[in-house]
Order: sequence, then structure tokens, then C-alpha cells
Amino acid sequence: MAAPVATDAPSAAETARLRRRYAMRGVLSRVSLYLVAILAALLCAGPFVWSTLTATKLNADLYNPQHNPFLYNKPPTADHVMFLFTDTAFATFAWNTLWVGLLVVLITLVLGVPAAYSIARLNRPWSTPMGIGIFFVYLVPPSLLFLSLSRVVVWSGLQDSTWSLVLIYPTITVPVSTWLLIGFLKALPRDIEEQAMVDGYSRLGAVLRTVLPLLFPGVVAVVVFAFTLTASEFIYALTFISPTSEKVVSTGVPTELIRGDVFFWQSLQAANILIAVPIAFVFNLFLARFISGFTMGAVKG
Amino acid sequence: MAETLTETPPRQKLDGARQRLSDRDGFLAWIFLVPTVVYIVVLVAIPFFLAIAFAFSDVTSGNPSYDWVGLENFYRVFDDAVFWQALRNTFVFTVISMLLIVVLGKVLAMVLVADFKGKWIVRFLVLLPWTTPVALSSVTWLWLLHSIYSPIDWVLRNVGLIEENSYFLGRPALAMGSIIAVHVWRLVPLAAVIMMVGILSIPDDITEASRIDGAGFWRRMFEVTIPLTFPLIAVAALFGAIFTFTDMAVVYVLTGGGPTNSTHVLASWSFVRGIGGGDIGQGAVIALFLFPLLLAAAILILRAVRKMETI
Repeated sequence: MAAPVATDAPSAAETARLRRRYAMRGVLSRVSLYLVAILAALLCAGPFVWSTLTATKLNADLYNPQHNPFLYNKPPTADHVMFLFTDTAFATFAWNTLWVGLLVVLITLVLGVPAAYSIARLNRPWSTPMGIGIFFVYLVPPSLLFLSLSRVVVWSGLQDSTWSLVLIYPTITVPVSTWLLIGFLKALPRDIEEQAMVDGYSRLGAVLRTVLPLLFPGVVAVVVFAFTLTASEFIYALTFISPTSEKVVSTGVPTELIRGDVFFWQSLQAANILIAVPIAFVFNLFLARFISGFTMGAVKG
Repeated sequence: MAETLTETPPRQKLDGARQRLSDRDGFLAWIFLVPTVVYIVVLVAIPFFLAIAFAFSDVTSGNPSYDWVGLENFYRVFDDAVFWQALRNTFVFTVISMLLIVVLGKVLAMVLVADFKGKWIVRFLVLLPWTTPVALSSVTWLWLLHSIYSPIDWVLRNVGLIEENSYFLGRPALAMGSIIAVHVWRLVPLAAVIMMVGILSIPDDITEASRIDGAGFWRRMFEVTIPLTFPLIAVAALFGAIFTFTDMAVVYVLTGGGPTNSTHVLASWSFVRGIGGGDIGQGAVIALFLFPLLLAAAILILRAVRKMETI
């Protein structure tokens, strides 16, 4: 596709032809860009759009294989969405996911921020191996640990309690958050706290007064990321908890809204949308920051 | 950052009072790190070795006392055809998904870095599959693939491609295809975001220079972008592989391992044995097979990241 390179001074007609050709190419690439963008958005979000539609359909509309699944064949209804709140423990699941997520995020920050600072800034001989070690811990998956952790949870007396998740989830979030925070910290100039220390602050004082405020954007990105991970987790929640009132969204919805062979389809779809949209919205707000953290952690690690 | 790379240890020009401070650095370094290390040792390292120990024991959820049984669990696991099927499936799912995730993720990354109207909404929509709890989006797919009411079947029927419904989750081959499709759908956004990082880190003047030299889109893609971002493509591929490899939610929700145990993966089979059947010893043996492959993946990621530092 390489364009002919004009070696000598081209004639006026030749220049015009080339210019038209490049303009054409520009238009074509714009059009194909939009086409690919729309196609990608449809493929990714299609199931969710369609989920919204299904959630508000009447039974008589939904359970007819001849009906067009992409349109309302009968008037929409909010009954199945209401059912979610009146007849299922969905609100409890959502609340459990929320408070577990927030506590886990808090624990993650309390453990992760100092650890990241220690590895990124305090130049110990073990800093680099420790950073690599933390990265490896991130790659140890729940599917490898859930059996032994289920025994640990039993021994700790937290079985069938949502608190077991508060205890265990930081094993997923702490390593990855620390890794991201190391990246953010490396992006901050060292002079900042050194200057503060010259001005008479102790190391700790300098960290609290200068580094933490500057690190704040990174911390927010980590909060969002860690919360998303916690909300998505499935295998631990399924293994540790069986009473309805203690379940979280990711296990509660698929296990409680499917009773044997009875699927509460519209309510299931409504639950999916009600959870998916807020998380994606917040996540999207911090996407740029998350990306920069990833670059720093990866490139400067 | 560049200005901090010149390491002049402040220690040399310090007087006594500051000397104490640098001593305190060592102390702080430990204090800051110890809680995290203790937490990880107690809840990751010890359980990891515990999982290995369980593989050689007769621990069940009913009788958790530890008795050494040697390799008996291994024999029992190996005698079961489902295990070999699960092992094969895990590989098939991982390899195929990884290839698709890389190719589609690359395309999506190109779209996400481009400048166009409505970019924000496209990003939001594109990220949905990844940020949504996987168990919930799998439930949506469960309906999309329903034996009677599947909208996909409805389209295919109305276009005239099929007469009867496809029974996506009722036939082993289609069920495997469906599971792969959901994995790919869910992980492509993550891969795209990782690859975006790579594309954004290419200095503008390189792209500009190749454009001026007359390199077209494909030429720029294969001779500039892909070689320069290769490490991040590798990272995206390996993350995609690891998440597919270790996940059981998709299989659990979509097929529950069926039809007739043909779609189990190591993680779901380990769950069925260890938690469903209560035989923790056998479950542990099955899960253990995840480890060597994860280790290999981790080493490869680390190499890719190292390569990135030298660029």
C-alpha cells in the first residue's frame, strides 16, 4: 500500500492527484474507524443492552420463541425489577458486596501504601526481589488456594460469614495494588520528600505531608481497581458462604435467582444491569489514571 | 523519573542528626513492609503449602483430621477420565482464547487510542464486559445461549441459516465454543487496555516519521507498532491466558461442566471434587496441576517486562 514517493518535483496535476488520493485515504480511514468502533461497542455492550430489554419484558413476551427478542412485542413492565427488591435478597447481596468491598479496599490501602513506599523509595537491597515477589503472589490464583483457605476459614470460625471475605479478599487485592502503587510512586520525583526532609520533617512526616497528597490520584485508581476485583470474585464467595443473608452479589444472584429448574430470567438480567453499569461507569472515570499507573509499574519497574 | 536517577546518596553530606534519619529509613522500610509480608505469608504462602500437603492426605470436609496417604489421591484422580478431559479442556480453552484475545484486543486497542467523537461512550461500553462481575455476565450469556429462547438462534433461524435451534450448551463442541466465546468477550477489553498503554508509549515522532516516509497503515502496524509494543502484547496475552486458565465461574454458570462432564476445566473439576464432593485431598491434587503452568506464565511475563525496561 506504500504510496508512490514523488522523487523529482511533480507536475501540478500529479500533486493534485496525490492530494486527492491522500484525502480519500483519510476519509476511508475515518469511516472504517467509526465502523470498527461501533461494531466493537455493539459486540461488547450488546448483551447488556439486550439484558436491559429482557429485564422489562412480560413473561408472555419473553417465553415465546417466535417473538423478536430485540423488541418489545408486548408493553414493557417493571414488575420483574421490583421483584428483585421485594422477593429476593438482592438488596442484601448488593449491600454485602458494597461493605465487603469498602473494607477490603481500606485494608488494601493500609497494607499496600506503606509496602509500596518501602519498596519504591527506601532503597533496601531486598527492594527489587520483594517487588518481583509481590508480583508473583498476584499470579497465585484463587482456584489454587480455595481448598486450603476453606480450612483456614473454618479454623478461624468465620465460615458462612461475610467477614471471611473481608479476611481473604486482600490476598487478591494487596499484591496487585502494591504493584500499581509502586508504579505511581516511581513517577513522583524523589526531591519532593527530600526537600521536605531538608526543611526539617522526619521521613515519616515528609511522607505524610508531601508524598501522600501527591499520590492521591493513584490511590483513587487503586481503590476503584481493587473494588472491581472484589466485586467480581466468585470462587471464594461460593466456597466459604452458604446462608442467603451472607452472600454477595456475584454468588447470590446466580445461586438464589435460579431455584432448581426455575430461572427468574428478567430479574437475573435486571440484577446484571444494576450491578454492571455503576461499576463500569466509575471505572471508566479513572481509566486514564489506571493506564498511567500500569505504564509506570511496568516500564519503570 | 529522570531527575532522580542520579543517585547521590544524601548520606554522604549528612551530619549526625541526619545520620539518625537514614538509620531510621531502614527501620521504616521494615515497619512499612512487615504487615504486608506477614499477611501474605499467613494467607497465601502457608495455604499454598497446605494445598500441597492436602494433596497427600485423606482430609475431607466431614473428617478434617490429617492422615498421610501418599500418592493415593493422585492414583484416584488419574483413574478418572474426567480429569484428563478437564486437563485437555483447560489447555484448549486457554490457547484458543489467548490467540483470539490478542488479535481482537489489538484491534480494540487501536480503536480506543484513536480520536473520534463519542469516544467516552465507546470506552464505557467496551469496558463493560471486563468490569462486570463475571458470574453475572455469564448469567446473561446463559440466556443468550438458551436452548429454546436464544436470541442468537432466533437471528440464525430468521436469516434462514438453521432450521432447528443449536442447543449451544447441550452439545459438547458447541458448549466448548460458547465457553471460549464468553472468555474472549470478557477479557478482550482488559487486553486492549494493556495494549493501549503500549501504543500510547510510542513517541509520536516515530509514527510521524514512518508516515512521512510513506508507510501505509498495515506497514506501520507490522513494522513499527507491533515490534515496539511487543512486550505489552506479551503481557496482555499472558494475563488473558492466566485469567482463562484459572477461572471457573464461566464454566460453573454456563454449563456446570456438562453435558456429561465434557466441559470441565481443572478449576471447576477441583471445585466439584473438593467442595461439592467434600474430598479435599483429591480437589487439591487437581488444583495442583495449575501451578507449573502458572509458574511458566509468570516467568514469561517477567521476561517481557524486563525487555520493556531496556527499550
